[in-house]
Amino acid sequence: MPRRAPLVLSVAAALVLTACGGPADEAGGAAGTTSGTGGHPTGTLTVFAAASLTDVFTDLGDRLEEDNPGLDVQFSFAGSAALATQITQGAPADVFASANQAQMTVVTDAGLADGDPVVFTSNVLQIAVPAGNPAGVTGLADFAREDLALAVCAPEVPCGAAAEDVFAAAGVTPRPDTLEEDVRAALTKVELGEVDAALVYTTDVTAAGHAVEGLDFPEAEDGVNDYPIAPLADAPNPAAAAAFVELVRSEEGQEALADAGFRAP
Amino acid sequence: MSRREAGVPVPLMVPAALAVAFLVLPLIGLVVRTPWADLPDHLTQPAVGVALRLSLVSATAATALSLLLGVPLAWVLARSRIRGRAVLRALVTVPLVLPPVVGGVALFLVLGRQGLVGRWLDETFGLTIPFTTTAVVIAETFVAMPFLVISVEGALRAADARFEDVAATLGAGRWSTFRRVTLPLVAPGIAAGAVLCWARALGEFGATITFAGNFPGTTQTMPLAVYLALQRDPEAAIVLSLVLLAVSLATLLLLRDRWLGRSVAT
Repeated sequence: MPRRAPLVLSVAAALVLTACGGPADEAGGAAGTTSGTGGHPTGTLTVFAAASLTDVFTDLGDRLEEDNPGLDVQFSFAGSAALATQITQGAPADVFASANQAQMTVVTDAGLADGDPVVFTSNVLQIAVPAGNPAGVTGLADFAREDLALAVCAPEVPCGAAAEDVFAAAGVTPRPDTLEEDVRAALTKVELGEVDAALVYTTDVTAAGHAVEGLDFPEAEDGVNDYPIAPLADAPNPAAAAAFVELVRSEEGQEALADAGFRAP
Repeated sequence: MSRREAGVPVPLMVPAALAVAFLVLPLIGLVVRTPWADLPDHLTQPAVGVALRLSLVSATAATALSLLLGVPLAWVLARSRIRGRAVLRALVTVPLVLPPVVGGVALFLVLGRQGLVGRWLDETFGLTIPFTTTAVVIAETFVAMPFLVISVEGALRAADARFEDVAATLGAGRWSTFRRVTLPLVAPGIAAGAVLCWARALGEFGATITFAGNFPGTTQTMPLAVYLALQRDPEAAIVLSLVLLAVSLATLLLLRDRWLGRSVAT
């Protein structure tokens, strides 16, 4: 996933989407307004969601489409900061699900959220090590070892902010070799065996499969990341937006999140 | 060569003006959005100087490395008769089309701790490349060298090979012909290629952040600093971009006068 120019590119892509999707969205919105309680939303629903939600939300989107013939659910998964920027620049989204409160605040401060955002799940950090744990990492204290190759997220991104909290709680001064720009980049370096350990979310370890092992550590409780979700004020399809938020918060949605390693809010 | 001053034909003028607008307006956008009042605060942060210095040093090192290896390669592509030249040319330009992040992963697979060559380096010499300034230079060279090779190869093809033939008939050996005839002949092409290469290396992001990682002072170049600043403080990111732009523009203009100016008609 490229970035820098990428932000520009994704904004450009969003603009293109606006251009192509405009009429469809309007049709969806118009159809959506006819559905009262018990009615089925139709048209196109566009969800902007944090990259860590990719697997769960895609699955939930499929279920919503099954229950509502005529509804087409589109996702844009990216870093929460990039998505928040796109929304404030006028991207035509119906729902925003952020991986932290800070980026949701960017959207609410701009007056673009419809009502108050609700925390629907949370994520904690785990120590990710290559399969077999070749360096014998046992806990957070190992992140102070100079002889290990270590990756931690940069403090500017959500997983890095959470990492700072857990290191402070543990009284450990980390000596990372790299401050990663997002959690998936940190995980890639573990998968390739280029770092001995990285601090990532539990859900990323779950998604990575056999190449990566996750180690729990007690201080993780000090770096819990809350995920807020909100329908957007300018949503082209408010009825579908409400239906999606409802599904995510339902028992069914919460079960899907739990299966992926997320925990209850 | 004297050149007649000619007016610009209208069919060229309009698209050329559009091209200028297309390329320059985004820069103006950056300048307009720059928070001038906070400028001193942003600029005096020590991290900015560190990242800028690292960017300039590593881009220059990458350009030097590209010159050292790329000019001979361009000669081979333009002048030699080895078989499979077309395939070779296609192969060495692969980094141009490869997404840089993929290039970074590819460098891991060769030079990383678990890589084909990197594993041997680690076991034999205890040498690991990723997450060092060396890795930054390698990543930038990988992405930028093809620009130099293509420019120099084009210059060599355009250069009149008869000068070299004459030098040979006058008794000059191949090496001294290359040094004393070919090189001066294509010097403007080499200079232009080196500038392209340096500019590309200076802006490199994807391969660097993947293969070298991101750590202030060691591997965090300006583009990486800009990207991370964008996550928290878009205004700071704009300021950092402007600094990078100003420094690179100044360098390029200076070089153009000093270096290109003499050999190229301006």
